[in-house]
Amino acid sequence: MSEFLDSFWATYSTLVLSLGVNALLALSIWLTLSCGLLSLANAAFMGIGAYAAALLTLQVDAPFAVALAGGAALPALVALLIGIPTLRLSGVYLAMATLGFGEVVRVAILNMEITGGPLGLNDIPLKTEWWHVGLALLLVLYVLARLRRSKIGRAFEAIKEDEIAARLMGIDVTASKLLAFTLGGAIAGLAGALNAHFTFFLSPREYGFENAVDILTMAVLGGTSNLAGPVVGAMILTLLPELLRSLKDFRLATNGLILVLVVLFMPKGIVDPLRWRGWQGWRVWCRNK
Amino acid sequence: MFEQQLINALSLGCVYALFALGFTLVFGVLGVINLSHGAVFMLGSYVALLLVGHLEWPLWLAMLAAALTSGVAGLLIDWLVLRPLRAREAPHLIPMIATIGVTILITSLMQGFFGAEVQRFPFGIVPEDSFNFLLPWQAADSEPLHVTLLQLMIVFISFTLMALLLFIMRRTQIGRALRAIAESPKAAYLLGIDVEGMFRLTSFVAAALGGIAGVLIGLSFNAISPFMGQPALHKGIAVIILGGMGDIRGALIGGLFLGLVEVMSVAYLSSDYRDAVSFGLLFLILLVRPSGLFGRVLERKA
Amino acid sequence: MLSLSHVSKHFGGLHVLEDVSFEVPTGSIFGLIGPNGAGKTTVFNLITGLLQPSSGSIHFAGNNLAGMPPHRITRRGIARTFQNIRIFREMTLLENVIVGMNPHLSYGVAGLLLNLPGYRRAEARARERAMELLSWMRLDGKADLLADNLSYGDQRKLEFARALATEPKLLLLDEPVAGMNPAEKIELMEEIRNIQARGYSIFLIEHDMRFVMNLCERIAVLNFGRIIADGKPEDIRSNPAVIEAYLGRDEDEGADAEIAA
Repeated sequence: MSEFLDSFWATYSTLVLSLGVNALLALSIWLTLSCGLLSLANAAFMGIGAYAAALLTLQVDAPFAVALAGGAALPALVALLIGIPTLRLSGVYLAMATLGFGEVVRVAILNMEITGGPLGLNDIPLKTEWWHVGLALLLVLYVLARLRRSKIGRAFEAIKEDEIAARLMGIDVTASKLLAFTLGGAIAGLAGALNAHFTFFLSPREYGFENAVDILTMAVLGGTSNLAGPVVGAMILTLLPELLRSLKDFRLATNGLILVLVVLFMPKGIVDPLRWRGWQGWRVWCRNK
Repeated sequence: MFEQQLINALSLGCVYALFALGFTLVFGVLGVINLSHGAVFMLGSYVALLLVGHLEWPLWLAMLAAALTSGVAGLLIDWLVLRPLRAREAPHLIPMIATIGVTILITSLMQGFFGAEVQRFPFGIVPEDSFNFLLPWQAADSEPLHVTLLQLMIVFISFTLMALLLFIMRRTQIGRALRAIAESPKAAYLLGIDVEGMFRLTSFVAAALGGIAGVLIGLSFNAISPFMGQPALHKGIAVIILGGMGDIRGALIGGLFLGLVEVMSVAYLSSDYRDAVSFGLLFLILLVRPSGLFGRVLERKA
Repeated sequence: MLSLSHVSKHFGGLHVLEDVSFEVPTGSIFGLIGPNGAGKTTVFNLITGLLQPSSGSIHFAGNNLAGMPPHRITRRGIARTFQNIRIFREMTLLENVIVGMNPHLSYGVAGLLLNLPGYRRAEARARERAMELLSWMRLDGKADLLADNLSYGDQRKLEFARALATEPKLLLLDEPVAGMNPAEKIELMEEIRNIQARGYSIFLIEHDMRFVMNLCERIAVLNFGRIIADGKPEDIRSNPAVIEAYLGRDEDEGADAEIAA
């Protein structure tokens, strides 16, 4: 039995770990979406977290926990700094500002010496175990679930529906958005830090626009009405390329197609309890016929 | 020297403005951030490349065809993707996400057909003529300023199109209808304006403008690739943020301004930091004026 | 309770409000009327902080509201409903009302993360209070329905309940009976009187003259951005400036009678 597990792990460890990391990323963008923000900066935050953690490990030989903490903290700080001026913008400007920010980060990473420039960082020690990722995922899910059921989660939902009405209900909209943005950045950064320590090397190419879109697709595909959605979306989009190896070249096109089709035909994503309830109603009706 | 950079900035800025114009038109009238604008821009470029390179069409005809093709593409995107979302009254982020999907689709398909390498116009197509001249206040022995025919062409085409657009918006019935829709589609509908028809027209024209911009940029840098839409889109976004959403003059001034910033930062700083400087400036401007230099308040009545 | 002193609002060259002054007494039902475009909703927007006055000042319960962001003004005790109802459609009635209580729920991050007793108590109290407010509006039976599924009249009532949830001292009602039939209007009039009896001050904007005359204790009249009258309903009714504002320069006996009716 343990031999089976070992060989399974040998083949699929990267896949499983990627599943976890992608789930975290999808959740990070879910958080901002739940507040009505479309942040295309989460890939950049992931990058910042990845580089920060990797550098902590490589340059200072920091213990893993510290590297992870740094990987979550630095993007959060950056998110706070950019968030304060840009979150005053309306949703549409904001999405574009975050897009622009992502570019700035990418260019910065590309041109800094410490990050190894276009060649990235190499020889990052393999430190991430499955339980690190699992623990992180569970922790994040717990925190997000508790947030949802609190005044903070309700404030997010109100803001998402109608920002002005929310303001007039006494909700500090800017502070709430800042919270969602910063926390989302931290989660993305954590994902990046975990990722860095099982992929051996980092390059700036992995944190650009396409990756931001990947993350968005996962959340949109899975559905944003509850926490299970992004996780499901992440699972599907991580496993799909594996299942359809022959279509590897078309992965990007497939992503694009999925985005369009889901938005058009399944607007609330796959995990949509209301639609399921609708189906159940239909089944009951059929049975009673 | 400085004046030379200004000339370069003018020509670059004009193309940015042209691209941004289509973008801002769609936003102003349809209320949607159409992120597939970069893809239709790229399509225009390829169409011109193919027609000129393989069928040996004259450049002006190829440009027209490119505009038409891009326009049709924009129309299709509106019809297939944006229209159903409108019918559903989806919140504004949704169409934006959908257009991201469309962009990726088109880009990957083009990559599949034409490969990812950068392609060039055949030798001799790009007008090589240039003029050298001195401005009145320059010393007789200083280095003359250098303007290429292409740059003149770009400036001429851009200004003509923009003037045409402004004229249409301000002085014609269609322009009035479009402005009414930009204020409030429902009110416009009640006034008897064919709102859906106007949406289709706008999508077509905007994409056509993007296609022309694509050809001009393709000629300017003589580099065409499936991914050229992306940086263009970022610049378009920067222009719109600078100049304000839905404002035609804003697109023009924002485009010129961005062209200036880019050319100056390449000339006096380093080309590596060009994009960082542009976006950095963008943030600073947004800090001071969240709705851009000319932006209007975004609260759009239903 | 609320006083506006020489408030003006200009948008570029457009003078929407000019030297507007009036007072809303504590515990009263106060009405602001005026022809369309007179600037009534702008007054509300100024009071709630969505706009800032170009000149003049607004005082509430002794505090100057200048420069305060909307959410802080709400926390100070001013709540508002909207002309074109802005309830949260994708949330249930209960959730809509509980959102209004957000500023008054005091538990910290630790509380909500660890499900501490303080958090649980606060949430339970919030639910109770929300149900209570819904029952005032006779909506408690529908507490778990999605707000989107309500009838128009019920949606208006939900907006009231939600506004009350913010524990205001002053309620601003923007055209509360727009689109209602006479029976619903009478019912709402009763509701508003009940709310006043519970100790709230009410300031409303309306077009329906009969409604305003019957309900309000004091009325101010706005025309072209200026206050042209301020006083008891009987005085307003017979005020020539008011009649002129509504009817133009025509001293129409018939219309006169209509206002008096």
